[in-house]
Amino acid sequence: MFQVRIHGRGGQGVVTAAEMLSVAAFDEGRHAQAFPSFGSERTGAPVVAFCRISDREIRLREPIMEPDAIIIQDPTLLHQVDVFAGLKKDGYILINTSKTFDQLGLGDFIRDWRQERLCTVPAMELALKHVGRPVPNVPLLGGFAAVAGIIQLESVIKAIEERFSGKVAAGNVAAAREAYAIVKAEMEEARRKETEHA
Amino acid sequence: MLKQMEGSRAVAEAVALCRPEVICAYPISPQTHIVEALGEMVKEGSLAPCEFINVESEFAAMSVAIGASAAGARSYTATASQGLLFMAEAVFNASGLGLPIVMTVANRAIGAPINIWNDHSDALSQRDSGWLQLFAETNQEALDLHIQAFRLAEELSLPIMVCMDGFILTHAYERVDMPTQAQVDAYLPRYEPRQVLDPSDPVSIGAMVGPEAFMEVRYLAHAKQMEALQLIPAYAAEFKAVFGRDSGGLTHTYRTEDAETIIVAMGSVLGTIKDTIDEMRQPENGGHKIGVLGITCFRPFPIAAVAAALKHAKRFVVLEKSMAVGLGGILAVNVRMAVTGMGLKGYTVVAGLGGRAITKKSLHALFRQGEQDGLEPVTFLDLDWNVVNKQLEREKAHRRTGPVAEALLRDVGVVGARNY
Repeated sequence: MFQVRIHGRGGQGVVTAAEMLSVAAFDEGRHAQAFPSFGSERTGAPVVAFCRISDREIRLREPIMEPDAIIIQDPTLLHQVDVFAGLKKDGYILINTSKTFDQLGLGDFIRDWRQERLCTVPAMELALKHVGRPVPNVPLLGGFAAVAGIIQLESVIKAIEERFSGKVAAGNVAAAREAYAIVKAEMEEARRKETEHA
Repeated sequence: MLKQMEGSRAVAEAVALCRPEVICAYPISPQTHIVEALGEMVKEGSLAPCEFINVESEFAAMSVAIGASAAGARSYTATASQGLLFMAEAVFNASGLGLPIVMTVANRAIGAPINIWNDHSDALSQRDSGWLQLFAETNQEALDLHIQAFRLAEELSLPIMVCMDGFILTHAYERVDMPTQAQVDAYLPRYEPRQVLDPSDPVSIGAMVGPEAFMEVRYLAHAKQMEALQLIPAYAAEFKAVFGRDSGGLTHTYRTEDAETIIVAMGSVLGTIKDTIDEMRQPENGGHKIGVLGITCFRPFPIAAVAAALKHAKRFVVLEKSMAVGLGGILAVNVRMAVTGMGLKGYTVVAGLGGRAITKKSLHALFRQGEQDGLEPVTFLDLDWNVVNKQLEREKAHRRTGPVAEALLRDVGVVGARNY
């Protein structure tokens, strides 16, 4: 079972992201369970949503406390919420930011982790560019398809087209594709550096 | 057809497939998504003929459901928590009058303190209201139980609450197999009321009954529920024949064949319990002889089925998301009645109140303690004793300690800074 925890703020589409991730996994024939942190979400307040993906029926109903991957939709949460709580060593991290992990002050934390699993993507800028609204959730799913390899980009795109229509769908698809490409390039760069290092 | 969707949406679509003629509801979390979806279907005309009535309160919702049902319409509503309490007087009337209304209860805690999260306090507060009460383990079962509920309710002429865990199920996206209209039509016959308000054949529904016949009317309600103990498994079996799935019924056992310890629970927590039991049963983890009994039908309470499921065990642990303040458990009292005289050890565990997560980690420790008969008669799972004792100390030391809720929130700190 692969477990994803998404952190963001009310209004950023955190719950929608988890739901769409589950739809993408379902479209690939897998079992998926997405659920919110059951809070009374308010705009701007910290929000958490979860998604489990498995080849078998998912019966577990506890919150995800030991995720395999974390998606952070708002980097300002790094100073407010213990977003990495329980994250498995060598897990996947995807952050919506145009900064690097070092610039975010996370350099020490991830020093000896697998670098190609730690990615950033300027999802807010991509959303503004392609959709015209500051909602980073969908581009992050495109990035997630690249970093974790758990779901295919095409499944994410299918989920986007199921959820949205017209211009919004097209914009989100473009944003997800660009995010995917950015993250793929980052991963290549990280692998190249590791090989050089070795 | 397999679909990935929110539990609330799945229930709304299943209810629509049952061709309800009147839906009346008042929004309250975590039930709102269900009636929102139904309202949209009525408005866009995909659910027709059906009247969606916006009402001014839950009391009005149940009153309109009573009126609609008495007029011969298949009637549906949904609520939760304080909403259910607010309609309580009409809830008793609906069953007393013998009107087959189906209502979803998206289980949520009851205030005060106000809390929107899941437990079973709301439905269980109405356990003696005369409604049948079915509890869903998954969204698939929630969907299926609604289809069975209309048929059962109308056959018995009694109302049914289909209970599903608020948020945990209502707001969860998971895979469901959505039946076709043809399947539901094949399973659920047209509503033939036993009683109906008809100007050409006048009757009085709701006559006053004095001591001369009140007990007999009430006894007949009890007899009907006892009859339901036969009908529920029969209709579940027919459901399987049409839809190809095991859903509903009175109880479900899991790995109880050789179990010395059996956990008893209701609702979505059964999934987490089953995962825990699978782990405990692995040889490398000690091969614990442990199983679980899930109660699908809480009213009528399936005494014989519960006794049969527990009779070869040494002990049972009732894990329930409810409590009888001043006594212990609610479900536990019912289970204990079923095993009277069987010489079993029984333990009550109150868990998950107000949305407190029930984790596999806690269940592992709890079940091992239970197996060794190391539990108190009543245990509160994952209770923060520091917080409790701090308040008790304060109350010993000072007279005006202020509101308990506020004091405890101050002690536990800012909730927003936590993950969950």
